[in-house]
Amino acid sequence: MKKAVLLVRRGAPGEPRREERHEVPFEAGQSVLDGLRWLRAHRDPTLAFRYSCTNANTCKECMVRLDGKTVYACTARLQEREMRVEPLPNKALVRDLVTEIAPPDERL
Amino acid sequence: MSQQLSTDVLVVGAGGAGMYAALEAARRGASVILADRSLIGRGGATVMAQMTVAVALDDEGLDHWEHHYADTLKAGRGLCDPALAQLLCEEGPARIREMDAWGVGWARENGRIKRAQAPGHDRARCVYVDFLNTGPAVSKTLRARLNATPEIRRVGDLHVTSLAVRSGQCVGAVALHVPTGNTLNIRAKATIMATGGLTRLYQRNSASLNMAGDGYALALVAGAELLDMEFVQFFPIGHLAPRLIGMDPIMWDPFRYKLGGRLLNGAREEFLHKYGGSDEGKYVATRDLATYAIVKEAAAGRGSPHGGAWLSFEHCSEAELRAAGGPVIDRLAANGIDLTKQAIEVAPIAHYHMGGVKADTDMATRVPGLFAAGEAVGGANGANRLSGNAITEALVFGARAGQSAALFSQQTKRQAPIDSPPPFPSRTSDFNAAERVEWLQAAMQQDVGPFRTEAGLKRALDQIRTLRHELVEFRPPAGRPFDTAMLDWLDLDTMTRIGEVVARAALARTESRGAHQREDFPAMDDKWLRNQVISA
Repeated sequence: MKKAVLLVRRGAPGEPRREERHEVPFEAGQSVLDGLRWLRAHRDPTLAFRYSCTNANTCKECMVRLDGKTVYACTARLQEREMRVEPLPNKALVRDLVTEIAPPDERL
Repeated sequence: MSQQLSTDVLVVGAGGAGMYAALEAARRGASVILADRSLIGRGGATVMAQMTVAVALDDEGLDHWEHHYADTLKAGRGLCDPALAQLLCEEGPARIREMDAWGVGWARENGRIKRAQAPGHDRARCVYVDFLNTGPAVSKTLRARLNATPEIRRVGDLHVTSLAVRSGQCVGAVALHVPTGNTLNIRAKATIMATGGLTRLYQRNSASLNMAGDGYALALVAGAELLDMEFVQFFPIGHLAPRLIGMDPIMWDPFRYKLGGRLLNGAREEFLHKYGGSDEGKYVATRDLATYAIVKEAAAGRGSPHGGAWLSFEHCSEAELRAAGGPVIDRLAANGIDLTKQAIEVAPIAHYHMGGVKADTDMATRVPGLFAAGEAVGGANGANRLSGNAITEALVFGARAGQSAALFSQQTKRQAPIDSPPPFPSRTSDFNAAERVEWLQAAMQQDVGPFRTEAGLKRALDQIRTLRHELVEFRPPAGRPFDTAMLDWLDLDTMTRIGEVVARAALARTESRGAHQREDFPAMDDKWLRNQVISA
């Protein structure tokens, strides 16, 4: 079976940051979000990343850093190689790949 | 002690219905909290809508709401709530004109709002924003209005977990603040459920994450009634293959409105006529008929390679395709697709839910202080929704719910603080709710999907009940930031509760009507010319 490898940054503020290496099944045409969702359902239910619309690229929630570039995980294509996924560097970290992206006047 | 907020009107869900409800309540002098489990105006169904909004604009005497109403009732196969359907059709024009004044940008031709003809309508009646941009434009317009309305406090990342009921009256809600994992109590004189539908219950869907039936479960537990829960609309030509990213699976709808396109079986032959419909390059077959034809043709071994049908625009010129799709043609090219050279595969996907919370034309449920709006309300569309009625319903019912809730709040005293529910005993285990959600979606697709049988529905009910037993054993501990294990657990709790309701209603209805098709009862039965109501 073809595989992609995701190197995923984990941890919450105040915890030591760590990187995990996960293999995910690869099919041509899949998105990085597909890979992350597979990981949560089949490897680790606590892996935190956020998304809403899943495939339509309308909610704009799934922004992450992929190999050092800011992308939408739902439109970045999964590839048959190692891909490093990290939280956005310029936003406050919530946990794992989730950062505080809500406009300031829409927070509690 | 948990944090407390207080407001006149609490709106749960910030799609089209919730945003309109908040604006209308504020316009009538109420303080409003608009909460969403996602970002405000970004989650939900409205922002994902690509094409049409049905509305009888009678400016030139070409249409009248009564014609729209007649088509809505006809599509609903005898089960529409006439008063709700009338409200939708009669007040649609005012909402669409208001959106126009707010700068939504409806497509125009010679200065006049352009109208497309959609299946099931007797004339061109559907307005839209190019290109495939109706939902994003509607959401953006409403977000801009919200931002300019200081009486509305917007709070995203708030997952409402229960409604607070005191002496039979809804007095607010208890929510999980997702970024911190803390509990938040919101006391409200009136609460509006604008949480959308349940299509995420199915494996093949056009849903976002928050369409798990949240509002149905919250309202049911709070004492409200649910109506017509067996009627799940499957959109016949959802994208199936090849894999496309960054595109909503409903995307072929506008292409069909504009260009027709040909729907073909695995042998590349037209087939809708075998099931009482017609294609001939025109987009006229209703959704229930097209769904039936595609699934039946595939079941007979005449489907496309991935088990759907072919949709072909190969007869169209590049210029025609470009005129219809605009920048979408470039997004298709980035996915390696050239419509002049290849057909794509389509199949039915769960798209909309006709059923929902039972409400009157004030959008009031039977629980005082609890209102509903948009897709969360059952009844307006009966057994089958007419194309284009969903956004109209969101705006019209949203506005009405906002008015009613504001009025109710003016007649209601400030509520006492809400007590937090007692903590649940939690247990850690290897129970993975995300994986179980996928399992449930597969079971629902298989046995509670477009075609149903007694045996399949009973099997699904057994599976769902077993899963609910497992679920309550393994509630994860609360209190962690962005706790996906907890969020997936809450969704699974909602999805099993509502999946069971849908399956029960489908099992009881021993006939086929509109979107509810029973293999073992293939005909419509006059005995079933009635609505099913479920309460907890």
